[in-house]
Amino acid sequence: MAAAPKLPRGARSRILFRIMRTYMKPYWKRMLLVLVLMLSANAFALVGPWLSGQALNAIADRNGVRFGDVYRTLAWMAAFYLASALLSYLVSRLMVGLGQRIAYRMREDVFDKLMKMPVGYFDRNATGDIVSRISYDIDTINASLSNDLLQILASLVTVIGSLVMMAVICPILLVVFAVTVPISLLFTRYKSKKIRPLFSRRSAKLGELNGYAEEMLSGQKSIKAYTREEVITGRFDRYNEEACQAYYRADYQAAIIGPTVNFINNLSLVLITTLGGMLYMFTVFAYPMPAVFQIEIGAVGSFVQYSRKFTGPINEFANIINEIHSALSAGDRVFRLLDEEEEVQDVPGAEKLEDVCGDVALSHVRFGYTPERVVLGDLSLDVRAGQTIAIVGPTGAGKTTIINLLMRFYDPQSGRICLDGRDLRDCTMVSVRRSYTMVLQDTWLFYGTIRDNIRYGHEEATEEEIRAAAKAAHIDSYIESLPDGYGTILSDDGVNISKGQKQMLTIARAMLLRSPLLILDEATSNVDSRTEMQIRDSMEELMKDRTCFIIAHRLSTIEKADQILVVKDGDVIERGTHRELLSRPTFYRDLYRSQFETSGGPPAADPELFA
Amino acid sequence: MGVGFTIKVLGTLIELAIPQILSYILDEIVPKNDLGLVFAWGGLMLLCALGALVGNIVANRMASRVARDGARAIRHDLFAKIMHLSARDVDRFTVPSLESRLTTDTYNVHNFIGMIQRIGIRAPLLLVGGLAFTLMLDPVLTLVMLGVMPLIVLTVFLVSSRGIPLYRKAQKSVDGMVRVVREDSQGVRVIRALSQAGYERQRFETVNRQLTQDEKRAQLTMILSNPLINLFINIGLVGVIFFGATRVSRSLTSPATIIAFMQFFVMVSNGILALTRIFVQATKSTASMNRIDEVLRCEEDCAVDLTHARTAEAVPGAPLLCFDHVTFGYLDGKVALKDLSFSLEKGQMLGIIGSTGSGKSTILQLMMRFYDVNPDGGGVFLEGRDVRSMTAEQVRSRFGIVRQNDFLYADTIAENIRFGREAGQKDLLDAAERAQALDFITRLPDSFEHRIASHGADLSGGQRQRLLIARALLGHPDILILDDSSSALDYRTDANLRHAIAALPERPTTVVVAQRISAVQEADLILVLDHGQVIGAGKHEELMRTCPVYEEIARSQMGDGNGGAAYE
Repeated sequence: MAAAPKLPRGARSRILFRIMRTYMKPYWKRMLLVLVLMLSANAFALVGPWLSGQALNAIADRNGVRFGDVYRTLAWMAAFYLASALLSYLVSRLMVGLGQRIAYRMREDVFDKLMKMPVGYFDRNATGDIVSRISYDIDTINASLSNDLLQILASLVTVIGSLVMMAVICPILLVVFAVTVPISLLFTRYKSKKIRPLFSRRSAKLGELNGYAEEMLSGQKSIKAYTREEVITGRFDRYNEEACQAYYRADYQAAIIGPTVNFINNLSLVLITTLGGMLYMFTVFAYPMPAVFQIEIGAVGSFVQYSRKFTGPINEFANIINEIHSALSAGDRVFRLLDEEEEVQDVPGAEKLEDVCGDVALSHVRFGYTPERVVLGDLSLDVRAGQTIAIVGPTGAGKTTIINLLMRFYDPQSGRICLDGRDLRDCTMVSVRRSYTMVLQDTWLFYGTIRDNIRYGHEEATEEEIRAAAKAAHIDSYIESLPDGYGTILSDDGVNISKGQKQMLTIARAMLLRSPLLILDEATSNVDSRTEMQIRDSMEELMKDRTCFIIAHRLSTIEKADQILVVKDGDVIERGTHRELLSRPTFYRDLYRSQFETSGGPPAADPELFA
Repeated sequence: MGVGFTIKVLGTLIELAIPQILSYILDEIVPKNDLGLVFAWGGLMLLCALGALVGNIVANRMASRVARDGARAIRHDLFAKIMHLSARDVDRFTVPSLESRLTTDTYNVHNFIGMIQRIGIRAPLLLVGGLAFTLMLDPVLTLVMLGVMPLIVLTVFLVSSRGIPLYRKAQKSVDGMVRVVREDSQGVRVIRALSQAGYERQRFETVNRQLTQDEKRAQLTMILSNPLINLFINIGLVGVIFFGATRVSRSLTSPATIIAFMQFFVMVSNGILALTRIFVQATKSTASMNRIDEVLRCEEDCAVDLTHARTAEAVPGAPLLCFDHVTFGYLDGKVALKDLSFSLEKGQMLGIIGSTGSGKSTILQLMMRFYDVNPDGGGVFLEGRDVRSMTAEQVRSRFGIVRQNDFLYADTIAENIRFGREAGQKDLLDAAERAQALDFITRLPDSFEHRIASHGADLSGGQRQRLLIARALLGHPDILILDDSSSALDYRTDANLRHAIAALPERPTTVVVAQRISAVQEADLILVLDHGQVIGAGKHEELMRTCPVYEEIARSQMGDGNGGAAYE
């Protein structure tokens, strides 16, 4: 589609080598077989025109048609073509199998890698980008691997073979290519140099158009509310115009290529005909000249056919090189993903946590996602089993970071975190995470039945248990109202399920898991107040006897916490119970009051605090 | 387009003459033993090649121009249409899908318009012209060639009719694979928390295997066509020589004719192959065109509807906004609002509260005429005038709407406030000041000309709010709507927003949609909605006494009803 971005020369060959080493080497025997078959197929096909020339000579014999020779030659021709067709089908078949195997393995590798990537990777990279690596990029590599590499080899065979055949038939006529091949090469070189930037510009402009369209589509409702449709469309038209114009400019230059390639082919034909016709005339009329100059009419015919075979691949070459370039930059993107640093791994001999009570201790924890930007400065915290800890504070203050550390999505840079007195770093990752149940603001459901979504992480749950969990989350009656009940498939375009209902499903999922610790990160923010009240009992049931960490905007849900941490700029600035914090002038008190403020109340002292 | 077409036809025809001349030189000129004639005819051949070159380049360029103009027009229409789509349609299509229609699909169509002109004319001409020339060269040998053509056509037909559905199936498997990757990228925290990587690997393996299998099946079908077509062409050539031999011996044709004939044969076969490529590309772009068409054919947003409008003029003394026995249902048949009546005088405040799906946003949609009430479902009036008698622009210009997390885009602050409207610097300053946004704007590096990131990601929540209020106020709306029904903002920001509105010098008529009691407590009229019906209406104090649901919500949010008083 678009010209590949330029990679440095060294990087290109490194990527190529790596693709071959990792993905093609295991199949080298098969590749070798394919190569041999392909060379034979091409060689067989090359014999065809020579045989047809022989047949024509037999026809054009001055003593009348030598039918025996003609038929024998034709039988050979048919046999060679048949063999060539069979072989090339076999080659394609083998290559399809091979290409698919390689693609399968690449996708598998990328996915495995994704499963080992730290969660931060998914925060930093757009989902669309990750998806395009595993689909579009791997497709590009695969298409190029299975076609281009072999095609280059095959083309080489064809080019060299045709050249040899033509030299055998009539070396003098080869002079023609001394004219057309340099023209051809110079032309493609010149053109691709000139066109390449036009094509990058074309994709850049298209990218800008896409970006603008994406942004404006996301604001469509507002645009309509302000009836700005015409104005915005007018601006879109400018991007559209530029994109179309860039496309046209590239096309305008590229429009020369096809006809010119054709022209060069025709030019070869003209020269061969004129020169060949002349030599043929000299031969017919027995002009005095060296024997190598003599030519039969059949030879002219064969020569013309070989000349087509000879110029074809040369003109294709530029295309193939371009394809290989884009495959290599796709390879670069895929390998860069495969080379990303993985999530921290278990230390050797890591302990498996069992029968966790739920005592959590953080001592002098310091953490930042990058070494330069510290998110948590020096956090210490002691939680006894069964306690409820609420974390409050403005957006970006580090609330979610604490959760990330507790579940060991990240390790602190200094200080330590202990669960039941054991340092998390000495425990297996799985046993640490399995100790927690988590309900997040971003509800996550996958394509599958409601049943599978509820029992996710606890596959052995019985139907009764699933129902009980759904009932407790007040979602059972809704599920039963669906035609397929618990077997209903959740998909993007299928059942119309509201945000609130999605959240209830994830709460039901949490109800089913019996882990000693619970994390609620804005768990009920999508549920409206009335429903929240209705599931309050179930939530309390869920929290009973567990160590709980709660992040919430609705302060009513955290009043009962044993300890409230107010986090601001990475530090805990206040801590205590609800009552304690309200009893003195605190940031928390200001925050708490604001939820009851009406427009008549006093303006907040510092409007930026919570912005 | 007509000119381009003619030039293309001429260019191709000239090209067709070249093998003809080749045969003429070998057959007629060589026996004349005249070197000058050989070069003369060779020169003519060269001229033909040059003519074809020029003709094809010019025609291709004209084709690009047509493709450009066509694509531009389609894309414009599509975008304009999308801008006018009803919220329901946008939700139905989803934004990513609309985006891909606007980009990928129009791109496919662009390619196709160009290709159909470049190859669509050339291929049939090569085919028909080649056939015509072979007929002139030797009709009997043409019959031999035509004997192979059905085999080629049959191959193309069988392979593509089997291959295309297989490819479609493979495309579905790609979607399935992409879905798992997309889901897992978004749900990585849950997967890690539950240590479900193994389970996900299995899920991925299933889709990966399926995809590999489907693609392999499709490819295995498609790879049949090339060797088969090549074989048939070559067998045809063998046949031509075979029959040619007999005809030469009977002096019905010459060896040179056979050579030229073989050239035409290749040309004709190339024509057929090109037509196949068009066929494949056409299936692809038909799919795209259908996807574009689907959007273009959606119902237009509300037009002026005088047949149903009950009044077409403002009525003196009528309330600013009035809902009179409004009943409304979306297309799915369910009633979203039932028999709703209320009226709002200038300067008053209306609060609407209710759970998700209770009909809160529907009221806003009707108010701003994103939808019209059912034909027998009452009416919505602005100053006594039925909104159906007004254009969407007339209605919407009376409103200013502020949504939580509303739309801010990558442009200057000034432009985000103006939002495409004409406004002088003075109006801009005024709106910003009234929205209490002037302070932070003037502190920015370039003040009003400061460029913000997409979605205002580099501003704080409070700054975004105030920018949005300034945008709403710039139009001097009669009615200001605060829609925070989907709010996930903390109470502080929420309270600040209300303070900002309350502090406006000339408080406009306000409609507040909320889930929080604190946001509507002050209203002159509060509507409590449940399943499309009003289950309570009145002031806060009244509702606390008369509406159990309202009282329940209030209690839950105020911490058992006395939480607010506990510390004051």
